[in-house]
Amino acid sequence: MSEYLLEARNLKKHFMLDNDTVSRLAGKTRTLKAVDGIDFAVRRGETLGLVGESGCGKSTTARLITRLVEPSAGEVLFKGENLLEFKRAKMQQTRKSIQLVFQDPYSSLNPRKTIMQILSRPLEVHKLAANWVEKRRRVLELLNLVGLGEEHADRYPHEFSGGQRQRIAIARALAVDPELIIGDEPVSALDVSIQAQVLNLFRELQEKLSLTYIFIAHDLSVIRHISDRVAVMYVGKIVETGNVADIFDKPQHPYTKALLDAVPDADPMVEPPKLTLKGEVATPIDPPPGCRLCNRCPIATDHCSQVMPELVETSKDHFVACHNL
Amino acid sequence: MVDNVLEIDNLTVRFHLKRGDLTAIDGMSFSVKRGETFGLVGESGSGKSVTARSIMRLIPTPPGEIVSGRVLFNGQDIYKKSDAEMRAMRGSEVAMVFQEPMSALNPVFTVGSQISDALRTNMGMNKAEANERVVELLQLVGIPSPGSRLDSYVHEFSGGMRQRVMLAMALSCDPTFLIADEPTTALDVTIQAVILDLIRSMIERFNMSLIFITHNLGVVAHACDTVGVMYASHLVELASTKEIFANPQHPYTVGLLNSIPRLDKQTKFLTPIKGLVCNMMDPPTGCKFHPRCDHAMDICKSINPPMKEVAPGHFAACHLHDM
Repeated sequence: MSEYLLEARNLKKHFMLDNDTVSRLAGKTRTLKAVDGIDFAVRRGETLGLVGESGCGKSTTARLITRLVEPSAGEVLFKGENLLEFKRAKMQQTRKSIQLVFQDPYSSLNPRKTIMQILSRPLEVHKLAANWVEKRRRVLELLNLVGLGEEHADRYPHEFSGGQRQRIAIARALAVDPELIIGDEPVSALDVSIQAQVLNLFRELQEKLSLTYIFIAHDLSVIRHISDRVAVMYVGKIVETGNVADIFDKPQHPYTKALLDAVPDADPMVEPPKLTLKGEVATPIDPPPGCRLCNRCPIATDHCSQVMPELVETSKDHFVACHNL
Repeated sequence: MVDNVLEIDNLTVRFHLKRGDLTAIDGMSFSVKRGETFGLVGESGSGKSVTARSIMRLIPTPPGEIVSGRVLFNGQDIYKKSDAEMRAMRGSEVAMVFQEPMSALNPVFTVGSQISDALRTNMGMNKAEANERVVELLQLVGIPSPGSRLDSYVHEFSGGMRQRVMLAMALSCDPTFLIADEPTTALDVTIQAVILDLIRSMIERFNMSLIFITHNLGVVAHACDTVGVMYASHLVELASTKEIFANPQHPYTVGLLNSIPRLDKQTKFLTPIKGLVCNMMDPPTGCKFHPRCDHAMDICKSINPPMKEVAPGHFAACHLHDM
């Protein structure tokens, strides 16, 4: 069996804009390259952190590997098999192993259903409970697992705080015994004291149930805390990937460096945030051929604006896409 | 006396809602000096934004009510001013920057007309003078080719650029006091760094005072001189930024600092504050933090601790310091 639980190869999602007959005839369609050829892999039991600023394609990536959005090109290997070739029934079976937890626990839970109903649904869809008694037992077990109790089962989502709702969303993901959980900014909407509780819950569950995580966040300190390996995305591309310590202590790509320099650490005695990038994020609509960072990069050359750099292994397990290393 | 531009003295703000009364700020006192940056931190619902709005006298009454206390701006009680005096004060003396530039700016007017509106009303400028000043302001906050952006609408700007427009609008009538309510929360880190830098340089250049409201302790650590920590409508700790981070005295502040994942080292588990934020419609008796506090004693359940000076210039509201 492959060393990797999930592997994405040359994964792409291009959205066609102005894709109407008139624009097509006039040759004026535009392409939004949300995800533009990315490769990454997750080992069993580890956490891959996916970090980048808004619009870089993190969430699209999460939707591509679960096929909530169909990729334009590439492969997603789950346990060595290409998910994208699965027929409907097989895909539904596989979805049991790959679950998502979304960012906003206010919009991801149906306000008209009780927690009991919300957590029973995946059990019904995948026929995992033979009867009512077994279903109820499993739901209570799930609630316990995420630190809630039996008394919460018959309440509605509006009776819970943001942190508790996120626990419910996690319980729903766990209902089908998944192997891989993809968290799309699962703690970004929470206050810090609650965020810490939910991050600890993710950790505990990973140990208890030997789960594999793909954890998407824009908050670098959260990524540092939770990840074993990190991939840094910028405008549809992975620019650097490696072990968490390598990325945070020895960043090599100018974008990773700038990102780390820009974070204000919660300590007035350490260096204040620095600005190393000028200008605005490049647009993913019909991007120029070169490196996506070249208009903001302090070390860019002419070559950078012509040729897209490939990921190159600079030290063991540490890949960087930059011409000027 | 003139040293303090703003003085808030025992302010209590309550909202009378259908479901019952909600005390949004309870007995809050602090002051801000000229040129000082005062950070107000706390979690959602702790009363930060109501504090900001009560300084601008923007609390709708009803349902809101200023139950007690005073807000002194340059020594004058703003709640004794007439509406006309208040209108003259807003913008030209105190200005505000909001979190969500997309909803704080008007989508159906051009950026130029929105900013010049304030200039023509408050400063009595004519159209040409106002437009000239708007270009100057947009230049000041770093919008490229400002002359050509006057006729742009808000949706044509990116998040960071919109926040620059907000800042330009706030600065338009030369205020001496700026209130920034989560100005960088909706922005990416690299853009956040740019906006923080910009706010800081504006503050220094015009010798303004600033109240900076945020829940991000990292931002506070680098942007503020003094920090006030709020929990459930109370100010629980107040000290210089260095002092708060080096030597936090209130258990809530300690818990908050322990909750944040660090960028410089990896830990397996974080140390969160136990429990949940209290329901503000039905807050606990005594100290509002006692159900979540590891050091809670009997007295905490019945008596709300007053602010007390625990070290020179360092105030905390906790019974632990009575012993």
